[in-house]
Amino acid sequence: MSLTPVVMHSYLEAAVFVSFVVATLLGAIFAVASRRLVRCVCGLALSFMGLSGLYYYLQSPFLALMQILIYVGAICITIMFAMMLTDPQDQRLPRGRGMVLEAACLLVAGLMAVGLIVLICRAGWPVTSAPATPVDTFKELGRALLYRYGFAFEVMSVVLLLASLGALVVARGGRRAKP
Amino acid sequence: MIPQEIIWEVVRLTLYVVGLIAFAAFNAAYLSLAERKVPALFQLRYGPKEVGPYGLLQPVADGLKLMSKQLLVQDGTDVFLFKLAPVMVIVPAVMCLAVIPFSETVSARNISLGLLAVFSFSSVHVLGTMLGGWASYNKYASIAAARVVAQNIAYEIPLLLVVVALVMATHTCNLHEIVDQQAGAFWHWNVFRFQVSPLMPVSFLLFFICMLAEANRAPFDMYEAESELVAGAFTEYSGMGFGLFFIAEYANIVVGCSMATVLFLGGWHCPFGLLPGLHWFLIKLYVLCFCVIWVRWSFPRTQFYTLLNLSWKLLIPLAFINLVLTAVMLKIFG
Repeated sequence: MSLTPVVMHSYLEAAVFVSFVVATLLGAIFAVASRRLVRCVCGLALSFMGLSGLYYYLQSPFLALMQILIYVGAICITIMFAMMLTDPQDQRLPRGRGMVLEAACLLVAGLMAVGLIVLICRAGWPVTSAPATPVDTFKELGRALLYRYGFAFEVMSVVLLLASLGALVVARGGRRAKP
Repeated sequence: MIPQEIIWEVVRLTLYVVGLIAFAAFNAAYLSLAERKVPALFQLRYGPKEVGPYGLLQPVADGLKLMSKQLLVQDGTDVFLFKLAPVMVIVPAVMCLAVIPFSETVSARNISLGLLAVFSFSSVHVLGTMLGGWASYNKYASIAAARVVAQNIAYEIPLLLVVVALVMATHTCNLHEIVDQQAGAFWHWNVFRFQVSPLMPVSFLLFFICMLAEANRAPFDMYEAESELVAGAFTEYSGMGFGLFFIAEYANIVVGCSMATVLFLGGWHCPFGLLPGLHWFLIKLYVLCFCVIWVRWSFPRTQFYTLLNLSWKLLIPLAFINLVLTAVMLKIFG
């Protein structure tokens, strides 16, 4: 047998990695191409799951878990909720959306893809040696957010506050407008 | 050598997960029996008593019945999602169980972000229940799906706020370390750590209420509400499709009670500092499970608006007060 255990180990790793990549891409395709809205959201959830797997491979388990908690557990469910409120027994989306529109979408997406691939190929990827001891990402992240990126953190919280206040204002108006 | 270790690790994890699935199924079987025996006790009747001594084999009979039934799929259902939903409900529950430390040695992986892992995986089961309700193409099931989403969004917020306050006090997300900090007699448990926050018992109560709502248990079982919605999201499921939802429901109760035990009640440590071990964890776990059943048969189901008002107007502000108070106490005394 040519497959020595060590090689098999790296194959195992590669297989899991590839499965995450496939989940991400397949989910994204589902999210765009499916004609039923609920299936689109399911595709989105699958894509987020795959992405969280990729984060795990980038040695940030905290980010991976937060990805599941926030994107799958909150964002997808909120989208579902909005859909439930508007159209519980959903209709299928029409198949064609206009030739010109589809061609334009393909063009833009293709250009983006080519641009990104060129960028990735050209960029130098400095390989920093991995730290010998696993970094406690939890504490490091907290420290970074509150010291180094403190201003960005505060600005983001203001944005979120404004968004929730805006939602409240809109909801209030809706309630008053009712007979 | 790496390879041998990895093979053994994979074998160990596989066996452990199989064991956990068996544990979840066993709990579903016998908690459902308890669910019938305990209210029988409350209401002065016998409950199931025909199959086996004291009705102890009743779950076996129930299981055989469920497994021998045909899986019906109606016209108009989204077949793929309909069949996927029970799996999506049960897998996160088993993944949560894999992270929970039952004793110092009995846990699949001692990962440093265990607490976060439990909450992120358990947030996925809502999606499964909702999909099941939606894909059934049934009005009752659709209403149930909308309800389960609204309820779980509302109760996840106070739950996470309580947990954040706790993490601030314990400085770690590792479940093993959280339990080890509570070693010794019962006044070391997080419920009674008044020096961290005088509201600790209140936050335990908040956690328990939110856990009931997250596990969709009465008085918050709005998505099943058999007197209003037939069987809610499971109306169209037959046989083991329904059975899987059922197992997942009890698995979620076990996960919730285990988390309450780990976070607040000292995990596997004895209340008197004697003989710590798995047995203490199981005793605490099943006392909490009994409380869950007790609550179900003591309180009527809430109305949906009351349920949402309770969360947004009472539990979330309380959780925020708890959070701020914990922060202030930690700044002053920590």
